[in-house]
Amino acid sequence: MNIILTADVGSTFTKMTAVDIDSKEIIGSARSFTTIETNVMEGFNSALKELTAQCGQLTFQKKVASSSAAGGLKMIAVGLVPDLTVKAARLAATNAGAKIMKTYSYDLTQKEQEEISSLNPDMVLLSGGIDGGNKDVIIHNAKVLAQIEGNFSIVVAGNKSAEDEIAEIIKDSGKRVVLCENVMPEFNKLNIDSAKKAIRDLFIENIISAKGLNELQAILATEIVPTPLAVFDAADLLSQGTKTQKGLGDLMIFDVGGATTDVYSMADGNPSRPNVFIHGFKDPFAKRTVEGDLGMRYSILPLAEEAGLEVVAELADTTKQDVIAWLDTCKKAPDTLPIEGSVERRIDETLAGMAIKISTERHCGSVEKVFTIAGEAFAQMGKDLTQVKYVIGTGGSVIGSSNPKSILGRSLFQVGDMTLLKPMSPTMLLDRKYMLSSMGLLSKLEPDVALAIMKRELLENGQLD
Amino acid sequence: MSQKTVVLGVIGADVHAVGNKILAYAFELAGLKVVNLGVMVSQKEFVDAAIEANADAITVSSLYGHGEIDCRGLREMCDEAGLKNIKLYAGGNLVVGKRDFTETEKAFKQMGFDRVYAPGTAPEQTIADIKADLA
Repeated sequence: MNIILTADVGSTFTKMTAVDIDSKEIIGSARSFTTIETNVMEGFNSALKELTAQCGQLTFQKKVASSSAAGGLKMIAVGLVPDLTVKAARLAATNAGAKIMKTYSYDLTQKEQEEISSLNPDMVLLSGGIDGGNKDVIIHNAKVLAQIEGNFSIVVAGNKSAEDEIAEIIKDSGKRVVLCENVMPEFNKLNIDSAKKAIRDLFIENIISAKGLNELQAILATEIVPTPLAVFDAADLLSQGTKTQKGLGDLMIFDVGGATTDVYSMADGNPSRPNVFIHGFKDPFAKRTVEGDLGMRYSILPLAEEAGLEVVAELADTTKQDVIAWLDTCKKAPDTLPIEGSVERRIDETLAGMAIKISTERHCGSVEKVFTIAGEAFAQMGKDLTQVKYVIGTGGSVIGSSNPKSILGRSLFQVGDMTLLKPMSPTMLLDRKYMLSSMGLLSKLEPDVALAIMKRELLENGQLD
Repeated sequence: MSQKTVVLGVIGADVHAVGNKILAYAFELAGLKVVNLGVMVSQKEFVDAAIEANADAITVSSLYGHGEIDCRGLREMCDEAGLKNIKLYAGGNLVVGKRDFTETEKAFKQMGFDRVYAPGTAPEQTIADIKADLA
């Protein structure tokens, strides 16, 4: 029997899934509260006990895990121009599974220095200047960062001409520094893989022990990854397939959580219509965005504000006062769940839909009409996701809702705002078993099995009608 | 003398691409570092690229006749962005209709451009001027 255990040590729950490799099936899953303050193994073993109660005594060939405990991988990105290197740095960090606390542009000020200090990130990604370009700002920022008292590591992914000087400055401060390739070595050319790998390596080197996960790491077959990276890997595999199995092609995944809404798109995003020029930055095939202000509990206030209280009230067929009351309840007790059939449930589900709508609009590309001497043309910024074949929803507020299709449907293209290149007619699927991050972890050991399970769970059991 | 960097592009809703490619090639052959933004470039994009690249000059091409409006304010934007003293050059088919080139040149110089080129200017001329200006 070849059984693999996948585990996720979340901020609230430690979840685990047992997978039978030979029969390509998920044989059981269980969860328990995460015990990061004392010893994370307590929560782990408690979940294991539950799993054993479900499936009987199991012998695992291998164990793998992800974690978003203790806030996950908290990062700050610093760059030069907001639309250029800052954007590139942010993309590198989010693709690495990080939670971006804040981004900064141009010269860091003293106030910003204090802010970074109080935010207490795990890592800072420092970029700025194309290779051979502007050096002054990134060097200034290296000095500012070096002076901050704190134990964060710094990944330097900016103008290579400034690299040596920056390394000296940071080493003198005692902080760990990793040099990698510029996230934007040439104008508008994205190069995030080097930074992504550096972030990942540093996570393994420093963060795992810092978050108390050493003991867990010792029993695993591979290194712990930040949870979002597991979902990212699942999305990538599901889309591209393996040598022996076809993938699903272009797809998007939405993960609406308590604090953030994560959006993943696996698609080239090339223009689907004629007369369209790609303008500016070309987004990578595999892209993850994290909206830290769109969450169902910890970020419910900014979510409601962004959606508009009146809009939410109208869509939920209730009053603004009711909405405000619900927001208040959730703020005071983030573990509150609405009662079925109640007005609170309608409000909650409306908010989940809005989280998906707004996060899609931020993630997907857009077009702008331009008039040229050759006639009408369109300038496209970002990815054209109109032809995406599958939209997949995960996260409790989508999976556990009374109408997942309508919530997920908020990601679709709307005639009322044709400039946003949102999916037009995808098949909508639901991750009913919450298995995406588990399969992402499994993909590192048994990609074909992980892919087979995902396809079955989504295409056969995950259809929404 | 270190390599000089020039940001190159065609401004506004203008999609004339061939001349832009020729200029980029010629500039590179002449030893300039070129950041080529291509066509349909906004003022903001010129400035952003010049900042990241620590450029010495911005060369704006315009061929569809609306150059004057598109270029208005570029010098001020450069000043605001901390690119004081960056060289600004404009060329192509800068204004629509028949107009004495000296008038066009005067208008552009008043807007803050260092050199203004008439249609048909050979790249070699521009390259020689850039090298002289940046020496």
